[in-house]
Amino acid sequence: MEKDKVPQEDSNILEGKVKMLKYAVDENGNYTKVSSVGWEPETIVLSLAWDEIHEKIEAVRIRVLANEISPIAYYIEKEMLDIKLLSQYVGYFSFQVKRHLKPSIFKKLSQKQLEKYAKAFQITTEQLLDITLENK
Amino acid sequence: MQINFEHNQSAHCESGTASNLLRHHGLILSEPMIFGIGSGLFFGHFPFLKVNGIPGTTYRIFPGLIFSRTCKRLGIKMKKQTFRSETKAMEELDRILEKGMPVGLLTSVYYLPYLPAALRFHFNAHNIVVYGKRDGNYLVSDPVMETITEIAPEDLQRARFAKGALAPRGKMYYPIFVPKEINLKQSIVDGIRRTAVDMTSIPVPLIGVRGIRFLAKRIAAYPEKLSVRKSSLYLGNIVRMQEEIGTGGAGFRFLFAAFLQESSSILNQNWLMDLSKEVTETGDKWRDFAYDAARICKDRATTGESYEKLSSMMLECANREEKIFTKLKKISL
Repeated sequence: MEKDKVPQEDSNILEGKVKMLKYAVDENGNYTKVSSVGWEPETIVLSLAWDEIHEKIEAVRIRVLANEISPIAYYIEKEMLDIKLLSQYVGYFSFQVKRHLKPSIFKKLSQKQLEKYAKAFQITTEQLLDITLENK
Repeated sequence: MQINFEHNQSAHCESGTASNLLRHHGLILSEPMIFGIGSGLFFGHFPFLKVNGIPGTTYRIFPGLIFSRTCKRLGIKMKKQTFRSETKAMEELDRILEKGMPVGLLTSVYYLPYLPAALRFHFNAHNIVVYGKRDGNYLVSDPVMETITEIAPEDLQRARFAKGALAPRGKMYYPIFVPKEINLKQSIVDGIRRTAVDMTSIPVPLIGVRGIRFLAKRIAAYPEKLSVRKSSLYLGNIVRMQEEIGTGGAGFRFLFAAFLQESSSILNQNWLMDLSKEVTETGDKWRDFAYDAARICKDRATTGESYEKLSSMMLECANREEKIFTKLKKISL
């Protein structure tokens, strides 16, 4: 790739926080470092990955609000975890976490248990109990 | 407490961290040099290793190997530690910083608040250097960032003890012995040879040039075997692994070409210069592939034709790389 062909297509997906470093050749064929603000194909595939995640979050959000499943399920998707990973963070077995996904059992969790989950999700226990308070 | 540390942005976190750390200890090697000596270039497609239900593809060697190979070839001794206790891990970090040594850390990208949200996936093998403390925060040289940055102790602790695949377990490392004289020429030759062997001679159909062909065949079959949604997700992931930040673009091909160029003058072997050009051209082909693939993802194209075309583009990359690395395999001093 030539230096002047290094794409500079800013989509603001990186919030202007990072410019990427690329290696490209100059007029004399020597490799040099060039900063790039972005490239459309990168943005497309990155957004695609996020769309998929957001769709999953939305689907589970509706189920939580309908009381079909506990808020833990919502935050699992939100934090891109899964049951196995979450069980490692809270220190329970997977089958216990699975049980806690049932709204009836979730209601009976002690304050201490709720705090463990809240810590794993980096939220307060109030936010854990009511997903509409979630403001991240 | 603050150490005088020179931060340089890099295209890839592992080679960048290594380059920055070694420079601090008086060994000046560019990022491409480390990437090449550590035999960073690779290809692998693993349909059975799924992340979020999507098969894994890699354009680089497994995390940690660039570092360990570079150290072995150059005769550098590193102290590496992992921890069970989070508190002990933070205390040990402070202790080494107190001695005036910058420390390399393995972290999860997801828990680094200074990165843009769009890049924060659960990826556990991100390398950063911490080189001091200011007002209770740690000073961070993250090779992905243009400048140095800061992180709060609790955030750093969380990032160091992320769980899951490749969990860093608080891993920290720093050089304890850097030789005054290094055998650079021999290290370059060893590095290139290893990459050439990885790319052409490993009898597993999932890696190297064979792996590229294997993936090309699978791509051609995507529209038949998978739903439209799945095909574009699979394809998107292949492109993401190739082009995402920290990969230097075109699946590290340009980084490797820069390394060959530098090596050509160090070893005084002009043919490496020609090969560097060929690698650059192949890198451009990979970029063409990424461009077309991203279009297909966006349009959610359903025609088998477009996937056929992608497949043949990838096969061309495989053919080119087979030629390049067969030549490179014969390198000697």
